[in-house]
Amino acid sequence: MHCLNLVAETRGLHPGMAAADARAICPELITRPADLAQGAAALAGLRRWMVRYSPMVARDGSDGLIADISGVPHLFGGEAEMRADIHARLERVGLTLSSAIAETRGAAQALARHGGGILPESAVKEGIAGLPVSALRIGSDVAQGLAWVGLNRIGDLADLPRAPLARRFGPGLVLRLDQALGLQSEPVAPEADAPYFGVRMTMPDPIGLEADVMSGLSRLLARLCGTLGQHHRGARRLRLELHRVDRETVQVEIGLARPMRDPERIAALFKKGVSEVEAGFGIEAMRLVAHVTEDLQPEQIGGPRTITREDALADLFSRLGNRLGFDRVLRLLPATSKIPERSFLVAPAAYSAAEQQPPYRGPDRPIILFPPEPVTTKGMSQPGHPPARFAWRRMSFTTLRADGPERIAPEWWFDDPAWRSGLRDYWRVETREGARLWLFHTPQSPAWPAQSWFAQGEFA
Amino acid sequence: MRCDLASNAAFALSRNRVHEAEGQGRRSFALLQAALHADALIWIIPGHAPHQPMLRGLPEGVGERLHLIRPANETDLLWATEEALRSKGVGLVIAEPERPLSLIAGRRLQLAAEAGRTTGLMLIREGQGSNAAETRWHCAPIASERRDSTLHHWKLIKNKKGTLTTWTVHWNGKTTAVHPVSAAGERHQPAETSR
Repeated sequence: MHCLNLVAETRGLHPGMAAADARAICPELITRPADLAQGAAALAGLRRWMVRYSPMVARDGSDGLIADISGVPHLFGGEAEMRADIHARLERVGLTLSSAIAETRGAAQALARHGGGILPESAVKEGIAGLPVSALRIGSDVAQGLAWVGLNRIGDLADLPRAPLARRFGPGLVLRLDQALGLQSEPVAPEADAPYFGVRMTMPDPIGLEADVMSGLSRLLARLCGTLGQHHRGARRLRLELHRVDRETVQVEIGLARPMRDPERIAALFKKGVSEVEAGFGIEAMRLVAHVTEDLQPEQIGGPRTITREDALADLFSRLGNRLGFDRVLRLLPATSKIPERSFLVAPAAYSAAEQQPPYRGPDRPIILFPPEPVTTKGMSQPGHPPARFAWRRMSFTTLRADGPERIAPEWWFDDPAWRSGLRDYWRVETREGARLWLFHTPQSPAWPAQSWFAQGEFA
Repeated sequence: MRCDLASNAAFALSRNRVHEAEGQGRRSFALLQAALHADALIWIIPGHAPHQPMLRGLPEGVGERLHLIRPANETDLLWATEEALRSKGVGLVIAEPERPLSLIAGRRLQLAAEAGRTTGLMLIREGQGSNAAETRWHCAPIASERRDSTLHHWKLIKNKKGTLTTWTVHWNGKTTAVHPVSAAGERHQPAETSR
């Protein structure tokens, strides 16, 4: 059992219990598998929301939040009103919570987990005196040891001399006790927010002209790119949301061929998408989010000719990719396979880097490769040798000379349907008509022998 | 055979213009031009075309600079060609349009090449070029009598700023070295002895 609701707790179940035991106690129990990652994400979201009450909010364990509200409560009308406000808002969205306000962090934490409430100033000691010692963030073995010597309540500990306590139960207990009583300071360390790359703008009057949207966008981009620059990040995908007066939202999304934070170059890519937006009765708010970002260290811009060339090429790939799709802007990368189709990879240029081709020794390879096309053989030839005359793509050819065979065996660890016909004997065939073709023959194929010749490439 | 630099100059396409090549050997011709250019190369092939360049067969230094664009239709192909020609980072743009190029399209491509200071080479089917092209080449591989020779017949059939010429050259598809074969060359070859 990871977490329980209030009803289950009143029936005597507690976290850490085995599910079978819990079912035995309470047969009508409804259980769901715990999703720790989602729970942590929800708590992080709640932490961001809590910043509306105080700038210093930190997570406290896996199920709590702690906020330093020094100097804040009068803004909400006092401590009681502030606590009531938090409760009202969170209960409206269906959360069950328990909260406490106290002078020290330890006391607030202990009280929040044991009933909740507000401790008035300088009444910490009396306020938490009745709580069990396990509320002090000490290990269960220390709590057990304290119980054996009859110290069950925090009030029993508070007046005892510290030195014998520390000697018997370790310095941790004394530290926690002093922190709860306010004798040791314990600040709240708010976590740094993960940077959020989104900006928005609300217009006083609805706008509809393309030029107005673009000028609004350039203001948003200047702010966004400033934020990206502070965090040394570059945007990879951006989304522009245009909120119309009639409560419709139009989205324009672009991708970039490489991480970038240059407002003008990004704005140029939005131009086409923005021109296609239907403005309706007008656009009253814009929001720009860089939802995919990558590291981008500060780098030299302009300067040498190679850098401007690379920038221009990246811009070209962004433009092409946004209209055609990034999977249509490709680059050839070397691979290790001997199979012609798999001897190179065709990878999207935006997500790969050019690689030097390893030196290749071996029989010549054609410059153009295509899927095998059947060749009609005419006339007689030695078995296993290329036909003396053949027709390919409705053109007839006469073999002048043939180099080969180069035998390529299928890769047995891949089941490639094209290679189910078995071994292939590749020949470089020069024809009297001029064409230099890459023909192959499948000696293992059971098909009609006349159809066992195929063309797969053209040489220079 | 010696590398003849002067002979390469004859086949070098004039910069900042768009050229056309037709015939069965047009892709070999395009790869020679790719090897002669220094910067990034863009090859635009229609998305449904079955063929693609094979990395191991390309001339030296071309494979890592080559980028393939596979647009879905003819409009996108022409648009991508124009964008690539207009980009400053590109050296040579090779495109394979499937329909005849109109005069408007050809002229737009010329303007784009001038703006971007790039060179374009359209691989067209025979008779489908546009009048705006700077030069048009007819390229065909031809059979050679000798085993180690890969002969090409490159014929300049349209030239806005020069004369029309025909070359028969030996280019092995690996380097930038092109060796012209003199018309009388065959006579000086030793006759093949009978074995």
